[in-house]
Amino acid sequence: MTTAAEPFAAPRGRSLRSVLRRVAESAVTPLELDDVLDVFHPLRSGAELRGRIVQVLPETPESATIVLKPGRDWTGHVPGQYVRVGVDVEGVRLWRTYSLTHGPRPDGCVSITVKAIPGGVVSNHLVHSARKGQMLQLAQAEGEFVLPQPLPAKLLLVTGGSGITPVIGMLRNLHSKAVAPETDIVLVHVNATESAAIFRAELRALDASGRIRLVERFDDQHGLLDVAVLAELVPDLDERLSYACGPAGLLDALEEHHAARGLDLTTERFRPVVLAPADGEGGGTVTLTGTAGAGTTLEVDGTTPILDAAEQAGVLMPSGCRMGICMACVLPMREGAVRDLRNGALTVAVPGETGPQGVPIQTCISTAAGACSIDH
Amino acid sequence: MTTITRKPESPIAHLTPEDIEQIGVELDAIRQEVIDSRGESDAAYIRRIVDVQRKLELGSRAVLLVSVLPPAWIAGTIGLSIAKILENMEIGHNVMHGQWDWMRDPKIHSTTWEWDNASTADGWKHSHNEVHHTYTNIVGKDNDLGYGIMRVDEDQRWYPMYLGQPLWNFLNACFFEYGIAAYDLELGKNLSVPKEKRSETFKKNARNTLRKIRKQATKDYVVNPGLAIPTGSFLPTLAANFTANLVRNLWSHSVIMCGHFPEGVETFEKASIPENETRGEWYVRQMLGSANISGSKFMHLMTGNLSHQIEHHLFPDLPSNRYAEVAPRVKALFEKYDLNYHEASLPAQVGSAWHKVVRLSLPNGWLATTNRSNAPQQLALLWKMTTGDRKTRRAAQARLDQLARRQGGERTEVAAAA
Repeated sequence: MTTAAEPFAAPRGRSLRSVLRRVAESAVTPLELDDVLDVFHPLRSGAELRGRIVQVLPETPESATIVLKPGRDWTGHVPGQYVRVGVDVEGVRLWRTYSLTHGPRPDGCVSITVKAIPGGVVSNHLVHSARKGQMLQLAQAEGEFVLPQPLPAKLLLVTGGSGITPVIGMLRNLHSKAVAPETDIVLVHVNATESAAIFRAELRALDASGRIRLVERFDDQHGLLDVAVLAELVPDLDERLSYACGPAGLLDALEEHHAARGLDLTTERFRPVVLAPADGEGGGTVTLTGTAGAGTTLEVDGTTPILDAAEQAGVLMPSGCRMGICMACVLPMREGAVRDLRNGALTVAVPGETGPQGVPIQTCISTAAGACSIDH
Repeated sequence: MTTITRKPESPIAHLTPEDIEQIGVELDAIRQEVIDSRGESDAAYIRRIVDVQRKLELGSRAVLLVSVLPPAWIAGTIGLSIAKILENMEIGHNVMHGQWDWMRDPKIHSTTWEWDNASTADGWKHSHNEVHHTYTNIVGKDNDLGYGIMRVDEDQRWYPMYLGQPLWNFLNACFFEYGIAAYDLELGKNLSVPKEKRSETFKKNARNTLRKIRKQATKDYVVNPGLAIPTGSFLPTLAANFTANLVRNLWSHSVIMCGHFPEGVETFEKASIPENETRGEWYVRQMLGSANISGSKFMHLMTGNLSHQIEHHLFPDLPSNRYAEVAPRVKALFEKYDLNYHEASLPAQVGSAWHKVVRLSLPNGWLATTNRSNAPQQLALLWKMTTGDRKTRRAAQARLDQLARRQGGERTEVAAAA
């Protein structure tokens, strides 16, 4: 038999501050003290992380940079990382993920650059309707798409469309330093048309001052980029460390191309590749068994993520990037099968065979592949 | 009140099954229109109400820190009373119905909300959202009818102890939040079970409720008065908090009594509800089982829009700020199908509900057959019924019934003559 030992190290809050806090908590119950303080100072330390829009800068007719003053608890970021943003659109809080497009700034603000996707609820709202003073919800910065330290001698960056957003953060950061970096940088920037290219002027200015070599490709002028010509555009390709961000087609082709030449490539994918499930394989009833779901049952058709289906049924679900990368939506599946919408992979939980905690699944990229129960 | 099926003339006898289903279709269409148009202004509404409520409560509590000064006491007590009413009625009740869940804001969501009340959010969501809203006005299933402590139907046999029900009802109104907490726990039923046989669920719920009550009482009667000690305002603050709770309780009890209690609101027999009640049938039961309070916008706000009780019972999860807008259409539907849209002012509805409490505390027919000239005999009869055995009571009741019938006949004649 073991006795539960009281840890010696952490004396229960006896400091004046914690006593005051406890008194204040008991004076405002059932609210939490934070609910009260939020009324007056939503960006204070200790608050849920939020950001106030301080500036909305149009970039192209369909894109804009949103500069945010984050709450005190923002722990900073490395250029190339992304942030999850919760935006209230038509009264509904929706979460999306955007790359941070600045390095750390002296004013403590962060910025994201958003391109309005046709039919995109959040992106259109941010580009066309976001206003100074509006409050957004934030999560801490995440992501592995960052440059190595120390920097390599030669770097190749390949971006397609809004794939430039994490890369502009890297470039701005490198070139904001007092001492210019030694690194020789080539940026191949692909866009559908010239007018759709974000940061066009800024990138051309970097090119003109010799800080980077910019290779612009526009689909309507040059045709779709064939990665086979990359070696012609960048003759010393094999000496460079490569980073790429953009649409899945471009990244897939690049990965194949680099693998064939035996080169390393670091990529960042914005949107999961969604596979349509084969006929007769998808769909089923999902039962939410925990207190939050309270026995809700959902008919999921095999193409809708469980997260979307549950939210449509009015259940408050944990969610994040909604594309399978942030793991904020993970819930344990106790029983049943789900299919990964990105690759068709099947995940199965069998009571008695799987662990007591169930199988953690990402609800944002999983759909039902038969009946299953999820603890929420 | 007599259950609808036992009435000589049922108010829905003229509706065909097709009519009832059509009512369901038309109400569903109204509901869908509101759902499709929910948006930014609705979200802004509830956020504004929450913001105003919090500032009002904090401001009032700040003023009460110097409540040794009479003007501060009065202002603080009024402010706190209003804040508590808003918190319970327009915010708590409606948030816990899931009316704002569509915003996906974890701070204003039925799964996370806790209210300033003795009953826990979880307990209340079960007894209110699940039981009351599903089985509205079904005698024996909807315990909101009389809260298990009152005689609410002529068909319930009269006992002398019912004479006290106006008093119980008044005490319940004063301490309504505790009454609701006891009711959520089904305290009467559970306490009659020997201690060792009580279910784990009950024990857990009881523990949670006691913890909630302790926290609430600590806030209102220890911490906030304690903070006012430096200005010598301990006792005034204590009294102010007690008063605000009393005002809130009396107010919410009155509003809630108006929802289903006034004379003319229909009740239903358990046996008369089909096992697979259709959506149309469910809607019709909600329509006939609820009553509205007419009044100003401020009045609707202070009742948490339960003044639109009929609309609320038809669409319990639509945002409360939209009930006023759908009310004329719902009313038109009542007219179209020749149903009684039960609506009156707050004094009229409260008076009617209390009249029913008093009337049913007395034997059937007693109040109706009593007038100034026969009062002594009637009182003597009541005394006999109260002190006598069952047989005496039955005989006296028969006399009352006879008297009532005769009087009813006279009234018809007078009406015919006029």
